[in-house]
Amino acid sequence: MSTGILSTNRPHLARQVRLEWDPVRERQVLLAPEGVLVLNQTGADILGLCDGERTVADIVEELRGQYNRVDSDEVHDFLARLVAKRWVELGDE
Amino acid sequence: MNRPFGMLAELTYKCPLHCPYCSNPLNLSDYHEELTTAEWQRVLIEARELGVLQLHLSGGEPLQRRDLVELVGDARDLGLYTNLITSAIGLSPRLAQELKDAGLDHVQISIQADEPALSDRIAGTRSYERKIAAYRLVKELGWPLTMNVVLHRHNLDRIGRILDLAEELEADRIELANTQYYGWAWRNRAALLPSRAQLDRAEEIVRAARRRLEGKMEIIYVIPDYYSKYPKPCMGGWGRQQLTVTPNGDVLPCPAAHTLNLPRATVREHSLAWIWEESPLFRRFRGTEWMPEPCRSCNRREVDFGGCRCQAFQLTGDAARTDPVCYLSPDHGIVEEAVQAANEGAESGEEDLVPRTYTARQT
Repeated sequence: MSTGILSTNRPHLARQVRLEWDPVRERQVLLAPEGVLVLNQTGADILGLCDGERTVADIVEELRGQYNRVDSDEVHDFLARLVAKRWVELGDE
Repeated sequence: MNRPFGMLAELTYKCPLHCPYCSNPLNLSDYHEELTTAEWQRVLIEARELGVLQLHLSGGEPLQRRDLVELVGDARDLGLYTNLITSAIGLSPRLAQELKDAGLDHVQISIQADEPALSDRIAGTRSYERKIAAYRLVKELGWPLTMNVVLHRHNLDRIGRILDLAEELEADRIELANTQYYGWAWRNRAALLPSRAQLDRAEEIVRAARRRLEGKMEIIYVIPDYYSKYPKPCMGGWGRQQLTVTPNGDVLPCPAAHTLNLPRATVREHSLAWIWEESPLFRRFRGTEWMPEPCRSCNRREVDFGGCRCQAFQLTGDAARTDPVCYLSPDHGIVEEAVQAANEGAESGEEDLVPRTYTARQT
């Protein structure tokens, strides 16, 4: 499935959002204008790696070091949903 | 029990504008004893402990509070995402820089129309040029910017040009929300409610703009609920996701809920946690137990939560009835009548709008 995300993109969080630890829910949360996303561990790990330096391929590779099974399509889909909201931006290929 | 994500902090009801759809209470004399800085600071800490992640600083005009910069800084220190909802009247370059330095995350500035004279007439004061300057200032300081526009019969036909203005000012988001009929807007309903033809045209323009501006500007468009088949899921459910604190410390499940005949809950007497979890006010319409038919057996009961309690009260005198907007409500005829009048009645003019006045003297 095509998501518009390339393995060579270097994603980073948009200027308008913040990643915070929520001690009440004990989860990482992504805070945006008029939006909150409570992240599961995988989502938090992905966003933690979105530093504008690593490519999507690098991110998938690093996740494979942490998890038994990492579906590259799922990472692409997750990022595509956030790109559509303009919470994540794609750097140069 | 769910924990709240967002808190609307109505810091003051003082406001330089006189919008005919003002959503603040009609009687402002109850709100003169505003919370002190120290009281707001306690509320912010309690809100964070309760699970609030987003703080919406509003009013009235929040810039009229002299401690705004301090409160923004405190909120940011607590990890809250801070959102300023303002008319921008009073947003000097210096104050803007101070708010930026304090960590304010996001700015929403209202405008009444794309055209200066109309915008000023609706606002009831000369404000358009200052607002435009403020939009530019917000972008210069690198904030994400939202343009807020309340829509009604007298500006809905200009929606295309309003979108053009937002694009020109490089807004990241635009909220185009049709008027909700409470408070002052209720008084002006006949002069504000648009016709179906106006809405159809607007919807087409919004659809085209969404395609054209995809990935560039987020467009939120809210139709008047009088024209929907189902009611709005007001506040995402009573006491479920959001809470409001008024200038004098009253806590409400929705900013219009002061109109309901329910026991008060105030931060001057109780903790925010007790109010959220235990107060009779927040428990009154939480969940689905309170629901009458047709809501009780409806498979949408946890989609729209029976609609808006304040609207049910406004239209039927009973806050525990199904929102009459719903086509299944036994009271739906009340809404149909208003819609019919907006489409067939004598054309109402802008001169019929009664500007918001402040009867009680403000200190």
